[in-house]
Amino acid sequence: MWTLIIRRMLATIPVLATVAVIVFAILHVAPGDPAAVIAGDQATPQQILDIRTKLGLDLPFRDQFVLWLTNTLHGNFGISIFSNQPVGHLILQRLQPTIALTIATTIVTVALAVPIGVFAAWRAGSWIDRMLMSFAVLGFSFPVFVVGYILIYLFAVELKFLPIQGYRPLESGFWPFLRHLVLPSLALGMSFMALIARITRASVLEVLSQDHIRTARAKGLSVRQLLFDHALPNAAVPIVTIIGAGVAILLGGVVVTESVFAIPGLGRLVVDAILQRDYPVIQAVLLIFSVTYVFVNLAIDLIYVVVDPRIRY
Amino acid sequence: MADTVAATARALHSPRRRGLAWHARRNPSMALGLVILALVIIATALASRLTHYDPIAIDALARLKPPSAAHLLGTDMVGRDLWSRTIHGGRISLLIGIIVALLTTSIGLLIGLISGYSRAADAVLMRIMDGLMSIPAILLAIAFMAFMPASILTVVLAISIVEIPRVVRLVRGVVLSIREQAYVEAAVVSGSRVGRILIRHILPNTLAPLSVQATYVCAAAILFESLLSFLGAGTPPEVPSWGNIMAEGRTYFVLAPWIILAPGFMLSLTVLAINLLGDSLRDLLDPRFARRL
Repeated sequence: MWTLIIRRMLATIPVLATVAVIVFAILHVAPGDPAAVIAGDQATPQQILDIRTKLGLDLPFRDQFVLWLTNTLHGNFGISIFSNQPVGHLILQRLQPTIALTIATTIVTVALAVPIGVFAAWRAGSWIDRMLMSFAVLGFSFPVFVVGYILIYLFAVELKFLPIQGYRPLESGFWPFLRHLVLPSLALGMSFMALIARITRASVLEVLSQDHIRTARAKGLSVRQLLFDHALPNAAVPIVTIIGAGVAILLGGVVVTESVFAIPGLGRLVVDAILQRDYPVIQAVLLIFSVTYVFVNLAIDLIYVVVDPRIRY
Repeated sequence: MADTVAATARALHSPRRRGLAWHARRNPSMALGLVILALVIIATALASRLTHYDPIAIDALARLKPPSAAHLLGTDMVGRDLWSRTIHGGRISLLIGIIVALLTTSIGLLIGLISGYSRAADAVLMRIMDGLMSIPAILLAIAFMAFMPASILTVVLAISIVEIPRVVRLVRGVVLSIREQAYVEAAVVSGSRVGRILIRHILPNTLAPLSVQATYVCAAAILFESLLSFLGAGTPPEVPSWGNIMAEGRTYFVLAPWIILAPGFMLSLTVLAINLLGDSLRDLLDPRFARRL
C-alpha cells in the first residue's frame, strides 16, 4: 500500500511542473512585447521600460522562468503592478471569503444531492424520479450567473429574505456571515448538485440490484438502513470521484459567483487583475487554484487506496 | 393481416436506418431539445424580421421600461429593445459555439490519434493536456484573454484551448482500445502502413463518441462565451452578445432585472437544448443500442 501511495504522490510532480510552465508561459503567448501588453494602450515608453525591469522581462526566457519558479517556491509571488503591494499579502486578504464559499457550497451540495440521488434510485422509474432527474438536467444547463441572478431576484428582491449581495467576515458574527453565504453557495452548487445527484442515483441503482441487498431486505431491514447503511457505502467510489472532479467546476465557478454576489475573494481579485493585466497576481492565483485542484484529486485517490482494498493502480 | 406480416418481415430483415422524426417521437427529451433549438435558431436567423427595433438604437424616452406590448422583454438603461438585442445577440453566441465545436473536434482528433498511436508523442502530449486540465477552465480562458487583443477570434481560441484536452483524452482512449483489436493486428501483419491503419480502421470508430462530444463542446462554448463577456474579458463590449447584454445589466439589476434575465433564460434554454440532444445522441450511438439504429 505504501509504494502505491508514494507512486501516486510522485505522479503529481510532472503535472505540477507542467502547470507551472503553462501559467508562466501565458504572458508570452500574446504577440508582441509582453511589457507593452501589460502596460496597455496609453503607456509611455518609460512605463513600459519600468515594467520590463520590474518583472525581469529583459532577461532571457529561461532565466526568467528559473527566477520566477525559485521565488514562487519560496512563497514570494512578486509585487502587484497595479497596487504595488506584495501579491502574497493581497491573496491572504482575500482568502477567507473564497474558502468560506467553497466549503459552504460543498456542504450544501453534498447534503442535498446525495439524499436526492439515493431517493431517486430507490424510486427509480417513478414520476418523482423522472422529475428529480429532469431538474438535474436543468441544473446542469443553467449557468452559475443566471442561477445566481434568478435566486437574487426571488429571495432578495421580491421576498426580501436574504441580502442581495456582499460578504460579512466571520468576525462580524456567525448569523450575518451565514445569511450572506446562502444564495452564493446555492447558485454555485446548482450544477455540482445536478452532477452528484445523477451519479449517486446511477451507482446506488447498480448496487441495489446485487445479492447482498436482497439478503438485507430478506432479513427485514428498514428502507433507511438498507439504502444508507448497505447501498450507499458500496456505491461511494464513483460518488467520491465525481466530487473530486467537481472541485474543478467549483473552483472555476467561484470566480463567477464572486462577481455576481460582489464577494471580495480570490475570484474577484483575479478578475480585476485580468482586467488590469496585473500579471503577477494572475500568475499567483492561477497557480494556487491549479495546485489546490491537483492536491484535492491526489487526496481523493489516496482515500480510495485506504478505503477500498480492491483498488490497485 | 397480410400487410402487417409483410411489414413485420420487412422491418426484421432490412437494417433500415431510422429518420430523425422516428427517434424524436420515441424520445421526448430529444424532441424537446430539437424543438427548443429549432426555435432559437429561427429566432436568431430571422432576428431582423421578428422585430422592428434596431438592437443598437438608443431611445432616451424608453429607458429601463419593464416588459410590455411595445417592448416584449422591456428595455435597457439607454432604451434599447431587449427582445431585439436578445435575438440578435444569439447569432454571435451560436456562431462561436459551432466554430469552437468544429475546431476543437478536428484538432483534438488529430492530437488524439497521434497520441494514441505513438508512445513517444503520447508521453509529451498527455503531460501538456493534464497540465491544461488542472487549471480551472474559466481561469485559463480569461487569463488567455487578458493578454490577447479582444476579438471574436481570440474568444474562439481561448475556449478551444480549454476544450481541446477533453477531446484529446476521448479520442486517445478509443485509439488505445481499438489498437488491441485483432483486425488492427491483422492489418499490421498484412503490411498496412500506419497512416492507412489510422484512417481506415481507427478513425471511423472515433466518430460516434466524437460527435456526442462535439455537441457538449458546442454547449460549453456558448456558455463560456457568455461567461467571458459577462466578466468583461470576452467578445468586444459593443457586440450585443448574450454575455455582454447581461454584463451591462449588472448595475441595474434591482431596478430592471429583465436586462439580465431575458438573455440569461435564452442562453440557458439553448444550452439545455444542446445538452438534451447530446444525451439522446449518446444513448442512440451507444454500442449496446447499436442494433436499433
